[in-house]
Amino acid sequence: MAVLKVTFTKTNRDKLAQVLWVLNWVSVVTGVTLFSLGLFLKVEIEKRRELMSKEVDSVPNMLICVGLTACTINFLGGKICYDCVDTTKFLRWKLLMLPYIICTFFFTFCILMGALMCYSMRNDLEESLFLGLRDAMRYYKDTDTPGRCYIKRTMDMLQMQFQCCGNGGYRDWFHIQWISNRFLDMTNSEVVERLRSNVEGKYLINGVPFSCCGLHSPRPCIQHQITNSSAHYNYDYHKEELNLNRRGCRQALLEHYTQIMQSIGLIVLIIWLFEVSVLTGVRYLQTAMENVLRCGDPDSESDGWLLENSIADTARYNFNIIKNLGKCYQVDDDPNIDVPSTSQQAQENVPLKQIPVAR
Amino acid sequence: MVVGKMKFTFQKRVKLAQGLWLLSWMATLGGAVTFTLGCFLKTELRRRGEVMDNTDIHCVPNTLMIVGLASMGIDYFASRICQDALDAGRFPRWKTLMKPYFGCSIFFTTLMLISVILSYAMKGSLESSLKIGLKNGIRFYKDTDTPGRCFQKQTIDRLQMEFQCCGNSDYKDWFEVQWISNRYLDFSSKEVKDRIRSNVDGRYLVDGVPFSCCNPSSPRPCIQYKITNNTAHYNYEHETEELNIFIRGCREALVNYYMGLMNTIGAVVLSVFLIQSSVLASVRLLQTSMEAVAGQENVEIETEGYLLEKGVKETIMEYVGPVLNLLWLNEVAPPAAEEGAAGTTTS
Repeated sequence: MAVLKVTFTKTNRDKLAQVLWVLNWVSVVTGVTLFSLGLFLKVEIEKRRELMSKEVDSVPNMLICVGLTACTINFLGGKICYDCVDTTKFLRWKLLMLPYIICTFFFTFCILMGALMCYSMRNDLEESLFLGLRDAMRYYKDTDTPGRCYIKRTMDMLQMQFQCCGNGGYRDWFHIQWISNRFLDMTNSEVVERLRSNVEGKYLINGVPFSCCGLHSPRPCIQHQITNSSAHYNYDYHKEELNLNRRGCRQALLEHYTQIMQSIGLIVLIIWLFEVSVLTGVRYLQTAMENVLRCGDPDSESDGWLLENSIADTARYNFNIIKNLGKCYQVDDDPNIDVPSTSQQAQENVPLKQIPVAR
Repeated sequence: MVVGKMKFTFQKRVKLAQGLWLLSWMATLGGAVTFTLGCFLKTELRRRGEVMDNTDIHCVPNTLMIVGLASMGIDYFASRICQDALDAGRFPRWKTLMKPYFGCSIFFTTLMLISVILSYAMKGSLESSLKIGLKNGIRFYKDTDTPGRCFQKQTIDRLQMEFQCCGNSDYKDWFEVQWISNRYLDFSSKEVKDRIRSNVDGRYLVDGVPFSCCNPSSPRPCIQYKITNNTAHYNYEHETEELNIFIRGCREALVNYYMGLMNTIGAVVLSVFLIQSSVLASVRLLQTSMEAVAGQENVEIETEGYLLEKGVKETIMEYVGPVLNLLWLNEVAPPAAEEGAAGTTTS
């Protein structure tokens, strides 16, 4: 009892083959789309590489590989479907088609995996950003150290572009020394006092860099002595919301990347659905063509199906094949082995042994 | 005296028609590109419209859009003409349309050239418009509580950060303007009172700039206040410090940006103009060579094609004459001049 059997006339088969040929070429284009989406994501991550502690490149690499594989598989599929219109040409591909379909079936799983990975990358990214931003803020002042001299610029541009401040919020700047010692007057009593009041001898202030300043504030930016309401006229630290950017840069970057990934994930899911439908069409075409060859008359009607027997039967059959793969030299079923007889009766009434049917 | 006379065999006419068809589709594409570039330029100018005093510069993108649409129409008709040209039965129906068609086409093609020249010539107008607009923007920077001016601060801040510039001509423009509003000044403080008193107009002027002038590439945290005072900051020399704040003025930055844009657009439109002119010349040659074939029994004879039947001056008078006469007749002119004008129209 076949699964989802459909009867195909000759014209139906030809039309199916032509439609599948076109769809396979469309799939090549979608494969190129997948590849370029992976490339785009890779570039976006590389742009902010300095702010991440480790490479988060599993998803873009996967998308690039899947995209390239999709192109090759669908290119081959297009060629096969083009030849399927003619039964003589189909004979060339007959043996290859079933392995091709099985490969494509597993490949569509990879596409689905890629789509799901897009949504699951978030946690990995968050941790990487947390550590990366923490280090970037720590090295903000080291503009004279080779290898770290551009971190200040990167951090400032990030805070201005995404309108964010610090790692989780602007208070992160209060816990690190972001003004280099070369710009501190060590003879000044105020500076010396501040350094002494800190356990590690760091110059900590309740101030933030200029890039944290909010664009929407009605008053000129207050960057220093932020928590001191009396240091500035008409200023209440607790009520002031627009003066600095309130969002943390980790959250801002996470939102930015999540948005990109969600769009990419959606596109990949749509491509996956498309690939599955193409695969189904190719399977129907393959079974229909094989049945035509079995009938002998190329112009007759034939049946196409997804599976010849029910799902349970097919699963059992394949499972047995896999089980018997290791049983090359088993002798249990050999009818020619001598069965030792213990009694005369047993000898007279030799039970008829069933000859196993060759599959 | 004929201008641009050329002999055309039948084969040459056929090739001319085919080449013209291809060229006219290329020119249609060029017209679409011109229209798109006009739209893009208009959008870019409108984005920074708040720091411009007038919209005179908008004549460049407007002209480009009109010319783009017109050239798409002209080239569509050119392709239809060349399709009908080789068919002796269908070609005569274009006869009456040719003169107005050429008149329109030459007008719009000249307009295309004028728009390219305008895009270079309007630099002065753009610069003066920006000068006034930026001056006002800086003056109203502090008025975030005045309706109609409350977004000036945000506009100027965004502009300075995006274009990496400070002030109108340079950062010193901020020293001459009170950019800190009175509502944030403590009038009981001695320092504030001294500063206001030392100024003739009673304004609170500081040698400081807003935070948006700060340069992210500077190795040290930004020094926005007391910029000219070397002793106020440790290890700081105002004269040699180049990276602290942006040195470039916003007017110069914006003019450079827009002139760069218009130069690129001008180059593209110039090449579209050349293609368009060649389309028009080819249509004219095809028309004149086919007109000589009309009425003949053998369509495969060799004919002559030309650009202008008479000389350039005479052709211009032929076209412009009726227009001028129309203008003269409408004026209250002395009878002698009127008779003279009537005489020329009848001749």
